[in-house]
Amino acid sequence: MKYLKALMLVVVLVWSFPVRAVQPDEMLSDPKLEARARGVSEQLRCLVCQNESIDESEAPLAHDLRLLVRQRIEAGDSDAQVINFIVARYGEFVLLKPRLEWHTAALWGAPPGILLIGIVMLIIAARGRRGWLVTRGAANLTATEEARVAELLRGKSAP
Amino acid sequence: MIPELGHYALMLALGLALIQGVMPIVGTRTNDPVLMSIAAPAALAQFAFVATAFAALAVSYVTSDFSVLNVYENSNTQMPLIYRLTSIWGNHEGSMMLWVSILTFFGALVAVFGTNLPVVLKANALAVQAWIAAAFHLFILMTSNPFVRIPNAPLEGQDLNPILQDPGLAFHPPMLYLGYVGFSIAFSFAIAALLEGRIDAAWARWVRPWVLGAWMCLTLGIAGGSYWAYYELGWGGFWFWDPVENASLMPWLAGTALLHSAVVMEKRGALKVWTILLAILTFSLSLIGTFLVRSGVLTSVHAFAVDPRRGIFILGILVVFIGGALSLYAWRAPLLKQGGLFAPISREGALVFNNLFLTTACATVFVGTLYPLALEALTGAKISVGPPFFNLTFGPLFIPLLAVMPFGPLMGWKRGDLVGAAQRLLAAALLAALATAAAFALERGGPVLAPFGVGIAIFVMAGAITDIVERTLFLRVPLRAALRRALGLPRSAWGTAFAHFGIGVTLMGIVGVTAWGSERIAAIKPGDSLDISHYRVTFDGTFDRTGSNYRDVVGRFTVHRLNGEMIGNMEPSRRAFPDRNMATTEAALISRGVSQLYISIGDPNKDGSVPVRLYFKPYVLMIWFGAGIMFLGGGLSLSDRRLRVGAPRPAKARSKAVPQPAE
Repeated sequence: MKYLKALMLVVVLVWSFPVRAVQPDEMLSDPKLEARARGVSEQLRCLVCQNESIDESEAPLAHDLRLLVRQRIEAGDSDAQVINFIVARYGEFVLLKPRLEWHTAALWGAPPGILLIGIVMLIIAARGRRGWLVTRGAANLTATEEARVAELLRGKSAP
Repeated sequence: MIPELGHYALMLALGLALIQGVMPIVGTRTNDPVLMSIAAPAALAQFAFVATAFAALAVSYVTSDFSVLNVYENSNTQMPLIYRLTSIWGNHEGSMMLWVSILTFFGALVAVFGTNLPVVLKANALAVQAWIAAAFHLFILMTSNPFVRIPNAPLEGQDLNPILQDPGLAFHPPMLYLGYVGFSIAFSFAIAALLEGRIDAAWARWVRPWVLGAWMCLTLGIAGGSYWAYYELGWGGFWFWDPVENASLMPWLAGTALLHSAVVMEKRGALKVWTILLAILTFSLSLIGTFLVRSGVLTSVHAFAVDPRRGIFILGILVVFIGGALSLYAWRAPLLKQGGLFAPISREGALVFNNLFLTTACATVFVGTLYPLALEALTGAKISVGPPFFNLTFGPLFIPLLAVMPFGPLMGWKRGDLVGAAQRLLAAALLAALATAAAFALERGGPVLAPFGVGIAIFVMAGAITDIVERTLFLRVPLRAALRRALGLPRSAWGTAFAHFGIGVTLMGIVGVTAWGSERIAAIKPGDSLDISHYRVTFDGTFDRTGSNYRDVVGRFTVHRLNGEMIGNMEPSRRAFPDRNMATTEAALISRGVSQLYISIGDPNKDGSVPVRLYFKPYVLMIWFGAGIMFLGGGLSLSDRRLRVGAPRPAKARSKAVPQPAE
């Protein structure tokens, strides 16, 4: 990307909430492990917040969970093992991406299912004569409108 | 005295709404033109009374009348006038007042500008509008009265949260409400058509400007909310798949689908029954959005139970209106006659494809947002559905939609030429392939899919330009002739091209910042510097600054390009409000083209170092520029003579009862 030659300098000072997310002193020294820790953190919900991952949250609980995730990763756990460890302690609620199980089948099945139903309905409508999408039919006009049409056809009033 | 006046005016508005909701319908059943003609003046009078009530509340805020509980709780004499005004809708009661004000304002607009509407349709539509208004007037009067007084008026009001005193947050709710409530017009017209049992292509022409206007406001409202979150939350996220955001995204998706299906209905007389359903669904989703945000059900099912009166009341409104509308639809829709055959490969076919994917995407957001609530209510199991779910399901639905989008406008009505359209898009496709290859070549460590995202974004933008080039025969006829053709193009064609181009711009921003954004998080001391992208950011040190009611610890940073060229200074700060025992962070942003550098700092550590978050956000501004271009496209389309609200009627049209012929 070539930047605009003319210096476009806009410094905006804005209100903000307190700084969120992972703090420098929490981070692992190994960038690879730290990157994995960030990836795992983004999938875990901060339990005391509304719809925030522990990676975004500044709640003390999120801080503890971030440290816990990093401890497990340093101990040699795989990402899946770390997540299992946290879920075993805090329950399924902690997962921002719910697992595919019987009680989430409808959730995961909804997007492809709805698309499929839509396609099937379209095919039926396109083939069938009585489908709701493409059907023939004469305009049903009232008597006054019929008269108006006749009048228009005679060319009396052509807007 | 003034608050009581407002309260009384609202009660009178409720009475007028009831009259407006009943009399015209009786008139249409008994074929009584006098009863039918009550609708328009009643709508005007109702708006006048609601406006009086709103003005009474506004006066209470401006004059800081703390004997009114609502003013006492949300305002303060120290606040600037503009925030005293915007804090009217910064709370539940006031925002519901804004909602009904906009609702009745739209009703009044229909009454004034709908002079060319068939009398029966207009009477029915205004009556339905009045039912909605009556329900919300009743809701305000019974559960959310903003005019309640306190016996001993306090001298000073409770201050408004400083976070709410922000221009972004001040104008975001009215824009959203204009969008939400604007869709009520489409809803009322849909119900009116069902009540009457007949509908024609002209219906789409009357409804489309309202849908377009509502869609424009909603687009801007959502984009504004997104930009606010970006600079406010201190780490530069622009979309969180938060239920409150989803509540505004769902009507936008359904409204976009409605906008497109209404085109088919207007031009070709097809998809009538589907368009009616979409009109009902779009406003239903707006109502659901209001319910989600206003009832507290989102925080948890239990928070809803703590103060159930409001929640149950809105739930009742939802059940009556959505349930009633859908029942009416199921009963009456078979009466509506269809028309207009078309081949699968055609403009209509492309628009059906658009509708299929938009409604599926909308349903996905709906299921994802409400599934945890439903599951907890049914089984007690608590699960979370967060960004990873939506990214995984919403993305794959939107990609094919965007990839097909450039083909739509190039197709003919009725029977399109896919090969011909593909040939005309060859240049756009080559450009997209080139951009993909370039992104692959230049990319360092981004996701594998990102270059394809760039390719689709370029294809969408180039496709929109192709559409205009094809229509003007640019480069094929002399320049002057092409220019003349460009000026002669209908504004709606320009509108389409602009809006589609804007989608491409937004997509480019999303892909760019998601795939190639970088961050540095570190605790650094004065004199240290951090490198990010092409920039070196040096920390010069901190200094203190005192404001009217806060103290800042400001970090001063100097930004250079890596080659040494000086760019500028950035001064993010940590702001403490001693009175409120609150601390906030002021991020600093610096724009470079459409990319931004973003710094926020934390409280200094004991050893003198400061925690710094430094982000490079490539292309990020394109996200909101794109929304602006979409808004512009909507405006161009709205200014099309064909759709202009209140366009002069043909001189010879004599009887209002006769529908205008649908060209």
